[in-house]
Amino acid sequence: MLHLAWDALGNTLWAPFAEFGFMRRALVGCLALSLAAPPLGVFLMLRRMSLTADVLAHGILPGIAIGFLVAGLSVTAMSLGGLAAGLIVGVGAGAISRATGGREDAALAALYLVALALGVTLISTRAGSVELSHLLFGSVLGVDDTALFLMAGIASLTLLALAFAWRPLVLECFDPGFAAAVRARGGAWHMLFLVLVVLNVLAAFQALGTLMAVGLMMLPAVAARYWGRSVGGLAYAAAGIAMFSSVVGLLLSYHYDLPSGPAIVLVAGGIWVLSVLAGPVDGLFTRLFHRPHLSG
Amino acid sequence: MSRGEGILLTDLTLTHGRRPAVHHISGRFAPGSLTAIVGPNGAGKSTLLRAIAGLHAAQEGQLTAPRHDIALLPQAAALDRAFPVSCLDVVLFGHWNRAGAFRALRPAEKQAARAALAAVGLEGFERRPVGSLSAGQFQRVLFARLLVQDAPVILLDEPFNAVDARTAADLLALVHRWHGEGRTILAVLHDLDLVRQQFPETLLLAREPIAWGATAEVLTAANRLKARMMAEAWDAEAEACDRSAA
Repeated sequence: MLHLAWDALGNTLWAPFAEFGFMRRALVGCLALSLAAPPLGVFLMLRRMSLTADVLAHGILPGIAIGFLVAGLSVTAMSLGGLAAGLIVGVGAGAISRATGGREDAALAALYLVALALGVTLISTRAGSVELSHLLFGSVLGVDDTALFLMAGIASLTLLALAFAWRPLVLECFDPGFAAAVRARGGAWHMLFLVLVVLNVLAAFQALGTLMAVGLMMLPAVAARYWGRSVGGLAYAAAGIAMFSSVVGLLLSYHYDLPSGPAIVLVAGGIWVLSVLAGPVDGLFTRLFHRPHLSG
Repeated sequence: MSRGEGILLTDLTLTHGRRPAVHHISGRFAPGSLTAIVGPNGAGKSTLLRAIAGLHAAQEGQLTAPRHDIALLPQAAALDRAFPVSCLDVVLFGHWNRAGAFRALRPAEKQAARAALAAVGLEGFERRPVGSLSAGQFQRVLFARLLVQDAPVILLDEPFNAVDARTAADLLALVHRWHGEGRTILAVLHDLDLVRQQFPETLLLAREPIAWGATAEVLTAANRLKARMMAEAWDAEAEACDRSAA
């Protein structure tokens, strides 16, 4: 009886990855993404730049489209195009932010709508709806070796860069005025950070497509807000939530024949809802259930 | 502690766009002096502090200051207090000029930060998130960071705003301790009674310097009236200033 249950569990949780190479590649790619992108999402959230990630994710589409027009569905060409477009949009968004003194949301929304429309138009001149949907929504299960190396490489680079730049990033995020007063070169660190975000959006694009790319970056970060009280704690919690979402999302997509990218993002979204309700830091339940106050 | 010539302003003009925020000011904050900067809203007080700290470029004239020896306390309202960072972490940032972006902090430096928290009356607050502090407690944390910075020149922008009387008194004691150690201190303040009682020197600013010197001689009724008139005069048709050095 017990071994039957054990077998069923193994078949559900383990067999899909053991039997199918595409599932293993999807898993490794998503786990790499889950380690690197969510900590960036935490910084974006703390800087009130959650929208910027979306702008960058849509902003890479015209570049990817040009790469696609030149070389077809080639990871290298599309990534180079996307990188160039992402950097242009990133610098543009930064300039808009400075010019408007932080009230940039309207201009950013305009920017990403234009980028999305331009990208879809460019792709549609040459491609059918299958390729278009591939580019918009990604295909986790179609991650090939080139894309996998790109994702793993970007994740490794991001983790190294975060370890290197942690202190200035936290300072620039918390108290930019003080950072300027002690000449901490906050602007330069912020640019490095934006480049990391563009790279991770590119990595996420391989698996999740341009519309879902920030799903694994922002949703775990926003959910982590209810689990941690320090920047480091938030980053660990966000990475953990992202990894869990990746595994569960892939399994759900396998067993129930769901599109894998949206499945992963939906699991992350479910954890976010759960966190809002039951998270230990400012969660709704902790406010509702009256606990005796401390004595001092 | 004090060194050099102090802070020297020579016909200094600071602008926001083309509008002057501080207009043709000359004078000197002597090393070791304790000066209050007072004046109506929009008089250029904060802008002057930011310029001395090297954060606002001079439009005209000269500003000589020991740029690397200056600690600035900006107005507290500018900070996001919901940020997930602990009191000790905030104070540890005071070591930035010595530790920079990468170096691991030494045990002595961590100890200095704890001692600074204790000195501002926040012993045991090391791990408290700043989001859980009152406005007064948060201002104490920022003063602890100033203690750790250990700078010979300290610029305070409205340090006692929105804090309770007890906190204001404690922080004022700290200011006097710094003064006793020979540091140069400039504080933007609104409470003129406080200035009269505690600050030996005062600069009354209303874009133009109205008066600058011993507090009793600066804060006369005539000077204050003049400052108010200057502040309320806003010329929408202002032409280019003819006092510019051609």
